[in-house]
Amino acid sequence: MALEEIAGLKFSNGSDLFKGDRLLADDCLQASFNLQIPRFCDPVQFLKQYSEDGDSNVKIQFDHGTTTLAFKFQQGVIIAVDSRATAGQWIASQTVKKVIEINRFLLGTMAGGAADCSFWERLLAKQCRLYELRNKERISVAAASKLLANMVYGYKGMGLSMGTMICGWDKRGPGLYYVDSDGTRLANYTFSVGSGSTYAYGVLDSGYRWDLSVDEAVALGRRAIYHATHRDAYSGGVVNIYHMKETGWVKVSQDDVFDLHYKYLRKE
Amino acid sequence: MECLIGIRGKDFVLLASDSVAGRSVVAMKKDHDKMFQLSSKLLMAVSGEGGDTVQFAEYIAKNIQLYRMRNGYDLSTKAAASFTRRNLADYLRSSTPYMVNLLIGGHDDNDGADLYYMDYLGSMVNLPFAVHGYGSFFTLSIMDRYYKEDMTKEQTLALLQRCIDEIHERFIVNLNSFKVKIIDKDGIHVLKDIRPTTKPPVEAEGTQQQQQLMDTA
Repeated sequence: MALEEIAGLKFSNGSDLFKGDRLLADDCLQASFNLQIPRFCDPVQFLKQYSEDGDSNVKIQFDHGTTTLAFKFQQGVIIAVDSRATAGQWIASQTVKKVIEINRFLLGTMAGGAADCSFWERLLAKQCRLYELRNKERISVAAASKLLANMVYGYKGMGLSMGTMICGWDKRGPGLYYVDSDGTRLANYTFSVGSGSTYAYGVLDSGYRWDLSVDEAVALGRRAIYHATHRDAYSGGVVNIYHMKETGWVKVSQDDVFDLHYKYLRKE
Repeated sequence: MECLIGIRGKDFVLLASDSVAGRSVVAMKKDHDKMFQLSSKLLMAVSGEGGDTVQFAEYIAKNIQLYRMRNGYDLSTKAAASFTRRNLADYLRSSTPYMVNLLIGGHDDNDGADLYYMDYLGSMVNLPFAVHGYGSFFTLSIMDRYYKEDMTKEQTLALLQRCIDEIHERFIVNLNSFKVKIIDKDGIHVLKDIRPTTKPPVEAEGTQQQQQLMDTA
């Protein structure tokens, strides 16, 4: 490997670094290249017993409810997300960070399993950095999203749940890709993902234009998430807005949907 | 909900696919291209499960290109289709089968234009015309009725237009745009997207007369 040679290390059998624990060494270094199957046979069967209708007394309810959206326009990409995490009917948190900062020019959103999204996007961040070191240039949004899609495709059918939008700015301008745990990868101008996505699409599609100003675009994103949180029980908390510019991303605002409700009411 | 259509004409094959990429009830992308170029005169239209379609199509495409690099010439349509089918069949009883249905259209110097229909169970057949998806229920009879051997490009496009109009007329899912490509001796040509023709409504007078007849009967 490139880094190995530069650092002058030798990760052959019986490496000093891991004090002879070769399995651990292999795991750490090869994790993103090889398929890491857990030590038991069938992850889907294993998890089934812990689901709602499973046998075990322990019931694991994964975090799924969410509304996230992103759209490209002439001034870049706007990303707007809610911040509620639910485990079944229980609101586990109202302050979840659903935008994952992969690097200065790449953002990923979180929908589906929270752990799945943050883990895989963190791994993607590592792959993107390796790409930069090897090629002396920043990775394109298309390549980054393809890396993620190929990584999760290897685990298809094993119970991963992830619906993410990879947003960035590269040589071709603003980039937006939808990637999910089935291995689907799509490019488009607007996307919304999550249980509240249909409500967000309604407001987003009605107000969307390519030539929106930055303020108008931010307001549209905020409005769309607010309306989704109003109708969808599994979305809520605060609306976090990011703007992806040519010079990288900036966090624009954070507004509680409760406050937005009365603000919008007063305006009308 | 996806529809793939293939028609063989005089020394060319026409492939058309709907351009909606959907996830459950949401149309995520309305201008999605479901056709993949395998080589300069080979085109494959795929439908089926999310990640499987792209991954399988790219795997086949890269292997076809590898053959070209190793041997200096392209695989024939028949050989490429057989290779594709072999892969589908081999993976069928593995833990990761490919849930993809596909149409392969190609042109050879030896065999001329060929259209192959393949499904996710690994069955393959050479056909003059073929359709995948719910659209087949509405269009195969139209093809049976109006298809002739050795049609010109214009005639084939007219037949395709009839099929798309019928899908628009009767299929509950809105597929209002189809990507169309033609493969002939000069390679792969991308044509303009085809949409259903807007039909004028049936005359109001006619329906009133029918209603009166039904009341008295």
